[in-house]
Amino acid sequence: MSLEVAVAAAMFAGVIAYAVLGGADFGSGFFDLTAGSSRRGAELRTLVDHSIGPVWEANHVWLIYVLVIWWTGFPESFAATMSTLVVPLLLALLGIVLRGASFAFRKYSATLRQARLFGVIFAVSSVITPFFLGTVAGAIASGRVPMEEDGDRWSSWLNPTSLFGGAIAVGTCAFLAGVFLAADAHRSRRSRLAEDLRARSLGVGLVTGALVFAALVPISMDAPVLADGLAGRAAPLVVMAGLAGVATLVLVWRRRYSMARWPAVVAVASVVSGWGVAQYPWLLVDHVTIRAAAGASATLQGLLVAVGLAVVLVLPPLIYLLRLTQTEEWTRH
Amino acid sequence: MGGSYLLRSVSAVLTPDLVVDALQLAGTAEPAGLLPARQQMALSLGWHIVLACFGVAFPAMIFVMHLRGIRREDPVALGLARRWAKVSAVLFAIGAVSGTVLSFEMGLLWPGLMGTYGDVLGLPFAFEGLAFFLEAIFLGIYLYGWGRMPAKRHVLMVLPMAITGIVGAYCVVAVNAWMNVPTGFRLVGGEVTDVQPWAVLFNQHAFLQFAHMWVGAYMVAGFSVAGVYAAGMLRGRRDAHHRLGFMVPFVFASIAAVTQPFVGHVLGFGLDERQPAKLAAFELAETTESPSPLRLGGVVVDGEVVGAIDIPVLGSLIAMNSLDDPVPGLDTIPEEDRPPVNITHLAFQTMVGVGTLLAAGVTWFWVQRWRGRDLLTKRWFLRAAAAAGPLAVIALEAGWVATEVGRQPWVVYGVMRTPDAVGDYTSALWWLLGISALIYAGMTAAAVIVLRSMARRWRSGETDLPSPYAPETVDSSS
Repeated sequence: MSLEVAVAAAMFAGVIAYAVLGGADFGSGFFDLTAGSSRRGAELRTLVDHSIGPVWEANHVWLIYVLVIWWTGFPESFAATMSTLVVPLLLALLGIVLRGASFAFRKYSATLRQARLFGVIFAVSSVITPFFLGTVAGAIASGRVPMEEDGDRWSSWLNPTSLFGGAIAVGTCAFLAGVFLAADAHRSRRSRLAEDLRARSLGVGLVTGALVFAALVPISMDAPVLADGLAGRAAPLVVMAGLAGVATLVLVWRRRYSMARWPAVVAVASVVSGWGVAQYPWLLVDHVTIRAAAGASATLQGLLVAVGLAVVLVLPPLIYLLRLTQTEEWTRH
Repeated sequence: MGGSYLLRSVSAVLTPDLVVDALQLAGTAEPAGLLPARQQMALSLGWHIVLACFGVAFPAMIFVMHLRGIRREDPVALGLARRWAKVSAVLFAIGAVSGTVLSFEMGLLWPGLMGTYGDVLGLPFAFEGLAFFLEAIFLGIYLYGWGRMPAKRHVLMVLPMAITGIVGAYCVVAVNAWMNVPTGFRLVGGEVTDVQPWAVLFNQHAFLQFAHMWVGAYMVAGFSVAGVYAAGMLRGRRDAHHRLGFMVPFVFASIAAVTQPFVGHVLGFGLDERQPAKLAAFELAETTESPSPLRLGGVVVDGEVVGAIDIPVLGSLIAMNSLDDPVPGLDTIPEEDRPPVNITHLAFQTMVGVGTLLAAGVTWFWVQRWRGRDLLTKRWFLRAAAAAGPLAVIALEAGWVATEVGRQPWVVYGVMRTPDAVGDYTSALWWLLGISALIYAGMTAAAVIVLRSMARRWRSGETDLPSPYAPETVDSSS
């Protein structure tokens, strides 16, 4: 593997981690939003609070990790993407800011009225953020981000691939969150809540699965490079995504929530890596390859040192934190 | 009739074209997006930096308090540590998202900088990201670990946060130091070559600039937290809780405040060679005078210094470490390379003035204490201590304005001008600034409301601050 590809792979590993870990946090906003009145939704909202509270900031850092590797390793393509996709990126940023801030504010709200206000902001921004990030992925994958001049600031992300990308992002986030929340509810012995989450996760899972496979049709017309890759090199990942998705649904159906978390993660990771593998070796499809976009090689080496350090220093405490949150002791409210 | 005539003439004066003309006169043929982009960056950085100070300095204070609670089995200290942890949860959350804003804005607003120099300046950010990662992980473990972990292990979870705050601050400031003293690359025919990212990470200017920022962070967080308890004592709450809550952060702030003038002074060495225009603006030196006076206050109007108090020789002494070496004047700098002199000068002197005041204040407190007098019984001192937090924030902001505006018109000193870094935007970018200002105002208000309500509930005897969605809250209010 060449130096550039190694750095790109490390960056893309961050995209996958953000989609899975950050995605589950964003997805919980969907269930928060649809939890019903304050009284009916109180139990679920408390669960959401408790489930993502310890981890959301750490999971959020994956996004920073991706951005930093991108601008350091592939600076011109980063600048080009930021210039062309300024609108969806600003909207995603707005969602990120409002989500994080209102989540913290809600947790320490003094009154129900305040909590309701912050709660609505938290939930709505949790749903819109993945949508806009999904449109960014769609814009890149469908070859709408040129290098030399700015691409169209609207049609670059308002097109079939981007819109499906956005919808799939919202769906996969909600699907992951549903499975994880159901497992949390089950572990803390809130069986009614777990039942409720089970039904809704099954619904979300079916819709999202249908969406992913339905998207292949417009993608084949709108994003030929991506479509070719999905049918060729990335085909095993597409199959894997389908199988893991079905396995998750079966396990959730049979109330094996704890076990269902694994295929759910595999399904979402397969969808995201399917995109990455399908558009390889392009960084910005049709415009610049990973090799051509790479910055100075001394910097790429430095980045790999940083990534290596991250593996040694960050992963162990991260795993420790994630394990703690999944223990009985930490599930008690 | 007369009224409508008046209206017409007023609107003629305020017609947008005239305003635009005035703006264009001010900055000759700048890109339309430049000024709003700079203001946008100033707003988001100026807001984030206050929270960043808490991220850097607060964990160490929490650690000391928590450790004291465990070691001495002191319930007051433990209670304070627990409350501070909850406060930090709110502050760190808005700090994390406002820091993310900056990551986006680097690319959205300054694609010229990031596209050209991304691989030169990027590596420190990678290590900063690493530090932030660890900070966020241990924050989660520490916040939710209360009562769920052995106490001795739990308190150790703060330590990584205190360390990563330092590393993160160093890395970010290293990039800023590089913008002041660019190194680690060569320009050959307009192309960036021979990139040495490690030379950027460890550039010679980074450490001193970091030290200045680091000590400043302890001043901001220390004085702010101590000020909260000073205000409580002013309202008659003079219990052990308030005294300890004041004392621990005040000790941190005191050490920082008396160190800061020295660090700042050393940081200024050689500025006449590194960035002569910035030094001239700091000192309001229109012309080169030997020896240079220390010029307090004042502004430059039409090339003349107005309203300044000059103290002879002191300018040479402080800026040049000499009795007669002159501060090089602005007239030695080509006109197109001069920074906005008045803002730079006034901001710099605000920082130095407030910093000196704070250093003198804490010195007075400790000298009096050594002589057996407790100033905490004096209302005037408590008032001053309560004001010290906002004052430290003013000094911090003024310092950043001074160094950033003083570097203009360069984004990377001597290498890239700010107009060449900005993205291709129209004046529509002002809308973004307007919306951002509203959002930041809203977040500030919400943070104040929530933090005050937490304090109110703690005073009324609540300890746990349960979820507002807990059944009893929902049942009683709906």
